[in-house]
Amino acid sequence: MEAFGLLLHGFTVLMTWKTLAFMMVGLILGVFVGVLPGLGGPNGVAILLPLTFSMDPTTAIVMLSCIYWGALFGGAITSILFNIPGEAWSVATTFDGYPMAQNGQAAEALTAAFTSSFIGSLVAVLLITFLAPGIATFALKFGPPEFFAVYLLTFCSFVGLGREDKHKTIISMSLGLLLAGIGLDTVSGQLRMTFGTTELLRGINFLVAVIGLFGISEILLTMEERLALRGHPAKITFRVVFNVWMDLPRYWMTLLRSSAIGCWLGITPGGAIAASFMGYNLAKRFSKHPEKFGKGAIEGVFAPETAAHASGTAALLPMLALGIPGSGTAAILLGGLLVWGLNPGPLLFIEHKDFVWGLISSMYLGNVVGLVLVLTTVPVFAAILRVPFSAIAPMIVVSCAIGAFAIQNAMFDVWLMLIFGVVGYVFKKVDIPLAPLTLALVLGNRAEASFRQAMIGEGGNLGVFWSNWLVGSITTLALVLLFWPLISLALDRLHGARKVKGRSSAGQT
Amino acid sequence: MAEEADTAAGDQRPVVGTRSVDVVVYLLIFGLAVLLGYDNWRSGAAWEADGPQSGYFPFYLSLLLGAASLYGLADKLFMSAGAGGTFVNRDQLFRVMQVFVPTLLFCALMEWLGLYVASFLLIAGFMWFVGHIAPWKSLLTAFLFSIIMFITFDVAFDVIMPKGPIEAALGR
Repeated sequence: MEAFGLLLHGFTVLMTWKTLAFMMVGLILGVFVGVLPGLGGPNGVAILLPLTFSMDPTTAIVMLSCIYWGALFGGAITSILFNIPGEAWSVATTFDGYPMAQNGQAAEALTAAFTSSFIGSLVAVLLITFLAPGIATFALKFGPPEFFAVYLLTFCSFVGLGREDKHKTIISMSLGLLLAGIGLDTVSGQLRMTFGTTELLRGINFLVAVIGLFGISEILLTMEERLALRGHPAKITFRVVFNVWMDLPRYWMTLLRSSAIGCWLGITPGGAIAASFMGYNLAKRFSKHPEKFGKGAIEGVFAPETAAHASGTAALLPMLALGIPGSGTAAILLGGLLVWGLNPGPLLFIEHKDFVWGLISSMYLGNVVGLVLVLTTVPVFAAILRVPFSAIAPMIVVSCAIGAFAIQNAMFDVWLMLIFGVVGYVFKKVDIPLAPLTLALVLGNRAEASFRQAMIGEGGNLGVFWSNWLVGSITTLALVLLFWPLISLALDRLHGARKVKGRSSAGQT
Repeated sequence: MAEEADTAAGDQRPVVGTRSVDVVVYLLIFGLAVLLGYDNWRSGAAWEADGPQSGYFPFYLSLLLGAASLYGLADKLFMSAGAGGTFVNRDQLFRVMQVFVPTLLFCALMEWLGLYVASFLLIAGFMWFVGHIAPWKSLLTAFLFSIIMFITFDVAFDVIMPKGPIEAALGR
């Protein structure tokens, strides 16, 4: 139980007034960001990142991760009361959450959503606590080839397992990797793709791109759709909370199933959205009353929320242990680590124990405090949505500009943000996914560096990626995932052929 | 801007179809791939004694990007049936421009007037003219928001934003 002792140590790191205060600030800002249309986890964290530049890394990451928890909680408020999913993974929550609100059970739905979010996160945090140190220790054996293989696995799983058209995912990803390559090449010291401009020397900052791609583009889209906000009033009383919690044990199977799905999918990149839908569908399939789903079944709120939060939290596991983010927001937190001068990856567990365990224990505390906070303050946050959008939109634009400028003190970045805003708007409308671009942009340089180090070590022989069983199996798995659509098609054909053959041979005898 | 908002509202005529936008996007991406590919090939995409040259990785990525965009283009032009619906109609485009143009002006003003003055102008102007909110409410909200931002970033967290003549006159 070494992890337990380290966790206790983490709590002692956390227990300073300053850190606790920033934790509260983070949670409140996070719920705020989660509730506002046009903002959400990833861009909320990206915009508020500059606030943390002058803090020490531990306080900074605690505040940022609390913004993340807050945003996750906040997404449920808009889904249930306004039928507007704050995040893509809150879509499944609207299926039953909004009908419940229409039936006058808004308070029950919200309590169910918050509680199941909390349970999902808790399961995932437990997983992180006991699994992450082991994985990190194991990953210490990794050299450049192994790291490149893991990066390859991340990219390939996006292409192979994503629901979007394959060529669109590839466009998004290769564009991200190319943009990451702009500027000074750290291996050779040469300039690449700068076209003689000094502004491009620094390269394209990933956070600037995120603020544009998600923040500005979302404002444009929201204006275009002209959201009419008609929400249901909600006030959560102690009685409602008590009743919902008393009901919880009946749904233990749903909660457990959704947590497991969430943890599993959260570790694979881009999993939270898939997790929430899968959690919902499986709960519906195994439910005793599947006909009630979609009409306001409380189980239909429990299932997707648990899964979404389990996966949102589990996404931090590969980020901490391997330096590979499992979600967009995790990618931004990783960007934060780089800004504070920390090198994400397995060494973090050895060199920065305070940081890692402070973060992990803040996940426990942040979720508990967050749960109490949202249960008590829902009316306040729901009122935000009644503020006219024409007041909120310019404020979001200003916040985005501040965020983009502050990262490198460059006016050029503000223009870049605007360009990315237009690109994000168009990409969203023609269904080119943005998540692969974000991930590629943050991982691009590291992936390339490990590829080149591996190649230099072996004199340019691609065989280095199959030089031992570890790297060989990761690389092979990556290729299998990349070609998974083809492989599963082939397997289906083969299976079908065998079935037909079996039937015909059975007919002969 | 306020009068225009009333006259153009409800105009559902399409400005451009999804298919045309798809084709243009793929063409632009392909153009970008060619440009980046050429630049990387020029800076060296081959192998040296000590490993790949600096253009190696991005060169092959541009090939991948180019190939994927050509596939998308071919898919749109020859394989997908139908026109693919409206990308944006006049009413929608007008609303998008209502927020995009002020944002553009805001970014431009930020360089000359400093962030906080530009932010005041953006918020007050947007609320007043686009949102049709009472002028005093718009001005007050914009003023308070800009002040809060100034205190949070410049004073409390030492994140220094661009300043203009007004801040200079006040000694910041």
